[in-house]
Amino acid sequence: MKDLMDRALNLTRMRGAQYADIRVVENRTENMSVRNGVVDALNFSDNIGFGVRILANGAWGFASSRDLSPAEVDRVTALAFEIARASALAPGEKVDLGPAVVSQGVYQTPFQIDPFSISLEDKLALLMKADAEMGGVEGLRVRRGNLTFIREKKSFANTEGAYTEQTIIESGGGLMVTAVGGNEVQQRSYPASFGRNQSTAGWEVILNWDLPGNAQRVASEAVALLTADPCPSEITTTLILGGDQLALQVHESCGHPTELDRVFGTEAAYAGTSFLTTEKLGTFKYGSSLVNLTADSLRPLGLGTFGWDDEGVPAQSTPLVKDGIFVGYLMSRETASRIGRTSNACMRASGWDRIPIVRMINVSLEPGTWSWDDLIADTDDGIFMETNRSWSIDDKRYNFQFGTEVGYEIKNGKLGRLLRNPTYTGITPEFWNSCDAICNEKHWIMWGTPNCGKGQPPQTAHTGHGAAPARFRNVRVGVLK
Amino acid sequence: MLGQQESLKICKQILGRCGKDPAEVLIFSEDDALTRFANNTIHQNVAQTDIKIIIRYIIGKQIGTATTNRLDSSALDEVVGRARLNAQASPEDPLYPGLSGPAQYQEIPAFDDATASYSPQARALSVRGICNLSKSKDLNASGAFSTGYGEITIANTEGVNAYHTSTHADFQTVIMGEDSSGRAQRTAWRVQDIPVEELGKEAVHTAERGRNPHKIEAGEYTVVFDHYVTQDIISSLCFSGMGALSVLEGRSWMNDRIGQKIMSSQVSIWDDGLDPQGAPMPFDFEGVPKQKVDIVREGVVLGPVYDRYTGQKAGHASTGHALPPTARGFGPLATNLFMAPGTASLEEMIHSTQRGLYINRFWYTRVVHPRDCIITGMTRDGVFMIENGEITYPVKNLRFTQSYVQALADVEAVGRKTYLLASEFLSSVDCIPALKISRFNFTGSTV
Repeated sequence: MKDLMDRALNLTRMRGAQYADIRVVENRTENMSVRNGVVDALNFSDNIGFGVRILANGAWGFASSRDLSPAEVDRVTALAFEIARASALAPGEKVDLGPAVVSQGVYQTPFQIDPFSISLEDKLALLMKADAEMGGVEGLRVRRGNLTFIREKKSFANTEGAYTEQTIIESGGGLMVTAVGGNEVQQRSYPASFGRNQSTAGWEVILNWDLPGNAQRVASEAVALLTADPCPSEITTTLILGGDQLALQVHESCGHPTELDRVFGTEAAYAGTSFLTTEKLGTFKYGSSLVNLTADSLRPLGLGTFGWDDEGVPAQSTPLVKDGIFVGYLMSRETASRIGRTSNACMRASGWDRIPIVRMINVSLEPGTWSWDDLIADTDDGIFMETNRSWSIDDKRYNFQFGTEVGYEIKNGKLGRLLRNPTYTGITPEFWNSCDAICNEKHWIMWGTPNCGKGQPPQTAHTGHGAAPARFRNVRVGVLK
Repeated sequence: MLGQQESLKICKQILGRCGKDPAEVLIFSEDDALTRFANNTIHQNVAQTDIKIIIRYIIGKQIGTATTNRLDSSALDEVVGRARLNAQASPEDPLYPGLSGPAQYQEIPAFDDATASYSPQARALSVRGICNLSKSKDLNASGAFSTGYGEITIANTEGVNAYHTSTHADFQTVIMGEDSSGRAQRTAWRVQDIPVEELGKEAVHTAERGRNPHKIEAGEYTVVFDHYVTQDIISSLCFSGMGALSVLEGRSWMNDRIGQKIMSSQVSIWDDGLDPQGAPMPFDFEGVPKQKVDIVREGVVLGPVYDRYTGQKAGHASTGHALPPTARGFGPLATNLFMAPGTASLEEMIHSTQRGLYINRFWYTRVVHPRDCIITGMTRDGVFMIENGEITYPVKNLRFTQSYVQALADVEAVGRKTYLLASEFLSSVDCIPALKISRFNFTGSTV
């Protein structure tokens, strides 16, 4: 493999590239799902290929292929040059990649139990057991359970002398049930929305989530929601968000607007731009003084945890918001140079066939000081919402609207009646400035979002978000009439 | 490109490794390129080539699948072995109807040599033209121009041998001013059918007209939608309930409404993979020939699309809408949607509006509640107030929360021209017109 990578890079040097890198990625994925007692998916997937990225005469070109033969490496490298030449027909500003990246080393995701060592029969038995528990609940229309395991081996080398090898392991899964009654359709998921949480970890996380042990509860909640009171409509109230919903709030309204490539307009054609423009850095009051947001690729279990990003920059931790003030971005080598900083390892490609672009890694809300019981007891009148059901935000990341699977009324410091179809809406900085309490690290969980979309052609990234429940004041709740 | 002979040869080699067990092989090969631009420059320019082999292995009613992108002998041994293991480990699915049998497929033109060989330089020259136009107007162009080709081969132990090759091209651009933007897009299987310059001018015109937008109150408005909005409506209805699985599970907007008139009589929607005006595909991913399916006719809901599995459950023949076996859990999907054109031009729809909004596109739309397909999302890239039949001023982007089923019940006029567009997640390519709707609910606005 290294010989092929050296072959490509030597070719690029011979042809005068200013910079080049190559990634070889092999991905093995096992996924399975059970639907109403029947296995409706049991698949093993194996995929390998390489991608060459070249900067020549100030313009970028990228080409990739599944075929790892020397002849194909030569063809693809030549194609990347041809593409870079074409890019130069509409050139941009001079590219400054900042300091050279010369990382060397090997990284593997830490895990306790290799998920690929567990038999298919044992994995299916776990899902069937959870299915049987859900099946015992009257009133369900659909019950689903799923598991996914990924092993990705990635080699990276560049013309500056970097060479790294990484093996990333991910384990994910969950349950989702649908209840139908009259005009109502209700769903409940565990351990996270749409029936899936995912971590950089082994089989041990699946055991920790205890899908069979939570199956009956989840199923009963879905049925109960059919006849629950609707969430009050068009009120302004105190909102407490569960950690899993807050993780998505962080993803949409914090992670995306801090992607520096969006700020510089390079995602305008698809994902949009950002309201966090560069003159705001260091001064803009993004949230209340309790709000601290961090981007890191180091924390255990995070889907954004690795050894080096896809430019070979080492994993690290960067504050994005400190004591409420906006202080940092998610950056690549090129974008970081434009603001006088160095990359914080946020360039990621979804596979060998895609160019790396700025992506979230783990973007987390740091824990506060409150216990969950105290937070509820301290709230006179409000609504608690958890587990996302719908999400939408504008192209600059200001106006958002979220719906969750379940809500509970809070009255006089106690959780009360169940509420169906809860929704809330707001404007990002107004929302975060209304945060007046965050639960402590005992309630902090690293959640996984395995389906973040960005880029053209489209790329799906896996991102991590740590969050504990938190409280927000004067939030507009209930947009359904 | 593998070619038909080579593809079917590989299928035979794989099926030969399955012994006496029933099995099915799908081979996808693709060769795609995309030139992306922003800030009036080309900033990302990419190409990829790949082959994907999916094997469905059957032992009685036990099913397992495996995929690979390797073609060497040991890789094919491994992938068949994995699929067999998966089948052996899987409990029986008593409702599995088995593999489909051989069929005759319609020959439909869908491949264009010029598109297949479209060069990086050709794409870049077109993009440069748009960037130069934008610069001349003091605007900022971004977008993507993609071309490519693909092959699909399906073979199984029951005698299915299906092969289809196609080309695709898509151009989309967002042109931005300080406080305005406009967008245009077109999809085709012949790159010559994409009027790049015209699309650039369309987006520039919207961006220029959109300068200094006003904030307006949320509320219900009469709306005139460009075809880009109509595509979102059709796509959302598709994902929320045009497939038989969602109907069988009771979570479709069609449930309890099949046979009823719930939309305007001006609304007719169908799926047709055989129409060369769309992105033609003669068979589905089980090798069943595609059929034209009327989903809504003159406002009356007729029913969903089926694959063999849901067809067996519902007592209905497959309509040729199966997805690959690795996506079986999604159920059948309509991927070539058409909406019937009407008689009005966009200008006529605007002139006939006393007070309302003209909207270019929707963004980030998601299901809030599936029963009536209640969707929330934002407007983007051009919203304009209409007063007394004229566009009077641009408007800041708005959030809506609205039942799309109700919206199509309130259709007052349908555009006479239709346009071909690939959907955001590339799951379908649809042919749709503009719409005028008497009331649409906006619940907020952006900063």
